[in-house]
Amino acid sequence: MTEPKLNCPLPLNYEQIVMAHGGGGRMMQQLLDKIIRPAFDNDILAQQHDSAIINIPANRLAFTTDSYVIKPLFFNGGDIGKLAVCGTVNDLAMSGAKPLYISCSLIIEEGFAIKDLQRIVQSMRASADEAGVKIVTGDSKVVEHGKGDGLYINTAGVGVIETESSILPNNIRTGDAIIVNSDLGRHGIAIMLQREGMDFASAIDSDCASLAAPVQALFDANIDVHCLRDLTRGGLSSCLIELAAVCGRQFEIREQGLPVRQDVRSACELLGFDPLYIANEGCFVLFVPQSQAGAAIATLQKHSNSQQAVQIGTVSEEHADGRVILQTAMGISRILELLSGEQLPRIC
Amino acid sequence: MKFVDEYRDPKTARKLVDAIAKLSSKPWNIMEVCGGQTHSIIKHGIDQLLPEQIRLIHGPGCPVCVTPLKYIDKALAIAAQHNVIFCSFGDMLRVPGSRQDLLGLKAQGADIRIVYSPLDALKLARRHPGREVVFFGVGFETTAPTTALAAYQARQLKLTNFSQLICHVRVPPAMEALLSSADHAVQGFLGAGHVCSIMGYHEYLPLAEQYKIPIVITGFEPVDILQGLYLCIKQLEENRHVVENQYQRIVTQAGNQPAQQLLRQVFDVVEQDWRGLGSIAASGLALKEEYSPWNAEQRYAVDAIDTVEPDACRSGEVLQGLLKPVNCPEFGTSCTPEHPLGATMVSSEGACAAYYRYRNHD
Repeated sequence: MTEPKLNCPLPLNYEQIVMAHGGGGRMMQQLLDKIIRPAFDNDILAQQHDSAIINIPANRLAFTTDSYVIKPLFFNGGDIGKLAVCGTVNDLAMSGAKPLYISCSLIIEEGFAIKDLQRIVQSMRASADEAGVKIVTGDSKVVEHGKGDGLYINTAGVGVIETESSILPNNIRTGDAIIVNSDLGRHGIAIMLQREGMDFASAIDSDCASLAAPVQALFDANIDVHCLRDLTRGGLSSCLIELAAVCGRQFEIREQGLPVRQDVRSACELLGFDPLYIANEGCFVLFVPQSQAGAAIATLQKHSNSQQAVQIGTVSEEHADGRVILQTAMGISRILELLSGEQLPRIC
Repeated sequence: MKFVDEYRDPKTARKLVDAIAKLSSKPWNIMEVCGGQTHSIIKHGIDQLLPEQIRLIHGPGCPVCVTPLKYIDKALAIAAQHNVIFCSFGDMLRVPGSRQDLLGLKAQGADIRIVYSPLDALKLARRHPGREVVFFGVGFETTAPTTALAAYQARQLKLTNFSQLICHVRVPPAMEALLSSADHAVQGFLGAGHVCSIMGYHEYLPLAEQYKIPIVITGFEPVDILQGLYLCIKQLEENRHVVENQYQRIVTQAGNQPAQQLLRQVFDVVEQDWRGLGSIAASGLALKEEYSPWNAEQRYAVDAIDTVEPDACRSGEVLQGLLKPVNCPEFGTSCTPEHPLGATMVSSEGACAAYYRYRNHD
């Protein structure tokens, strides 16, 4: 007769998330202590209080939140964790704020691999360090298998506004230069190609990146920034159409001057998509007086994710409903419209 | 981008526009057959560059637009069934059936997936042996060969959980049907380059001869289209009517022989209904008898479906080139991409959608 094995009846070392990891008991503590807190470790998080107590040295705060739901969770150029941190950092930066603190709320599906979770939270930490922010509070919940896509992340962020300028769509002025910091459409195409398992000669990587540094550089160079906006879902066209309507002006952009990488253009041709409507995660558009366009572009080009910075157009005149006109390569002009629903791949 | 940028060169385009203006001594009506060409013409503003007397008529070459409503309803009925994974090209998901569209059905919980090829649907069937996978195959001779290949492979693999709802159509009989109608205004055709890359253009030779009409097989970039127009107008001015091939970098007279062989092996040529055009002899492709086990129409018995055509929709006239989208009283008012009355407002290749997207403010 063999001796019965005497081991702990509570299996605490799982390789996958189980419901008990969200149950508030020892396994949840273990998940927090072994995976999440070490990744985000900082003095404020270490307080382990119900709220993060933070000192903010400013009279103007920017405060934002966003949720991240993406498939696949890991993609060329990033993952959902990097996306969640950069997305919130960028929302703050676009308000002219210096991002300081963010929260992280994880909704994890039962069965999710703990090593993947570990990889994602470490990626969040790396992105936070790069952007100069701290992850100071958070939450985690586990949902039943089949009730989520592996992992959803919600982040909120606060930042301080140190600049005297008001950076708002209403501050866009006739005569302003319209500048983008980077090439267009890379994130959306990278995700789509990976999701559909399409192989391309050269891998298209997402442009997912923090935009806090190039924006801060604009302020440091005393550029009179009128408005900033990151080009996420809906791409350049949707963003410009929205801004034109808010400020009541007509924007004119030139098709030939738009920075789109050749491999992204090829993928768009193949799938029947328009790169002007494809999502980005490291691009923003800025409006500055035409006299400062050269200085703004030169400042941006010093940053690794803004080397393609280029003026793409001009704010031409007032227009009650707002309007964006594309001057095509063929020499005609056409009005850009919001898409109706999602872009769907064409038949042939 | 090699082989694309050269065909979008503004200087070359300008030269061709000037040459067309110099050449045209009177008004000419030319139909571009393919929806991809329509889209390109409107997107790049080619029609605005042309002299006023050159009128472009948008043809029936949008695969989504010409798919009859009853097939959309059949697709919806099959996709709603328990245990079915229903696959189609992206464009088809938005087309309204009599009561709803596939995207709406998907939101209600049906397992409907966008695929880029019927072979992706075949892979799904192999990966999910406990589920029924159905592929909705629509389109012209461009997409038909891969549908045929999927049927062929399913038969070879004896794959019993895969079937196809087929509504493939052929271009030349539709062109002939248009030319046979009494009220058509077409004086020349730009032939669909992609279709001819598969089928060649030998089928067009008797058409040009019988109806005394120039047909120029044409590509999709602005310079292609302008060159196709130039060649077509030159024939009209010289009172000639032959088939010419502008798209020589892709198309040969014989076309892609293995693809044609596959089509003959898997499909029968049948009479087919076209949305807006009615029934056209020898214009459709249907699975041969030996492929019946892979024929979703037979497997799911969806013949008796009751379809309800929207009253106000004039897509049919648009598809025949009798009505310009912006002249339709419903255009942009009760018919928009968010609330389309018909397929021409839905498909990315539909003439109404192209006008709405690029010309809504004209």
